[in-house]
Amino acid sequence: MIPLSWLIALSAVVFVIGVVGVLVRRNALVIFMSIELMLNAANLAFVAFASHMRSLDGQVFVFFVMTVAAAEVAIGLAIIVHLFRLRETVFVDEIHLLKG
Amino acid sequence: MLAALFFGFAALLVVTSLMVVLHKNPVTSALFLVLAFCSLAGIYLLLRAEFLGMVQIVVYAGAIMVLFLFVIMYLNLQHDVESGLQIAVRRGIGWFVGALLLLVGGALLKRGWALGPANEVLPDVEQGNVAAIGRSLYSRYLFPFEITSILLLVAMVGVIVIARGRTRHAGGRAGGAGGVGGGA
Repeated sequence: MIPLSWLIALSAVVFVIGVVGVLVRRNALVIFMSIELMLNAANLAFVAFASHMRSLDGQVFVFFVMTVAAAEVAIGLAIIVHLFRLRETVFVDEIHLLKG
Repeated sequence: MLAALFFGFAALLVVTSLMVVLHKNPVTSALFLVLAFCSLAGIYLLLRAEFLGMVQIVVYAGAIMVLFLFVIMYLNLQHDVESGLQIAVRRGIGWFVGALLLLVGGALLKRGWALGPANEVLPDVEQGNVAAIGRSLYSRYLFPFEITSILLLVAMVGVIVIARGRTRHAGGRAGGAGGVGGGA
């Protein structure tokens, strides 16, 4: 049995890496990947607690988080593609107009 | 044995997620992200969450990352241009905030929080994780499960509308330009 605190620490580390990625990078695609990392860190915490409590509810919730993540990625990438057609760039510094 | 496997997967997860953030080329970042998702699936397997481990590989490493790679290659991005004083300052701020967040998390973790004793009632071992999750999804969580299908439908329609672009000129038909949204 893996101790709960190790799993939570690992989840925290991965989440922080995702936060740093969002703050540091300028490429919208890499920012999206960092958001995926954060979602996965949260999923890991869910599974860790579910395993600790010997309950399935946490795992079912992770299933729902995955569906929402899939929908979010599809829509986000569509927005990025549309933005690229308008602006010819995916660097968030160069995108500063709300109305294209 | 379990601890050794856990440390292996954890080290792989941390290193690959760092490479996702640090690498200059978006395609390489995406491939490292696939590796990170696979090591996370390994950790799920260690935690006896077999269904989630498989779904992690199929949905994340399979579907979502293919979508990412497809868009990266469709946009044909050049190398990341990241230089200059302003960028350097902001990068420093980003790392500082990250370190601060990690310190706060460590301090919280150290304060000896207690969740209470672990529940000792084991669910049926013979029927397996997948069957148990399926039973739970189709009984207790039936309504959220159905709502999820509506969410996916809304996302699909929204993606097609967004990626089709403006239909002001060219007779109101964007034609082949909608291909990316359709693939999603």
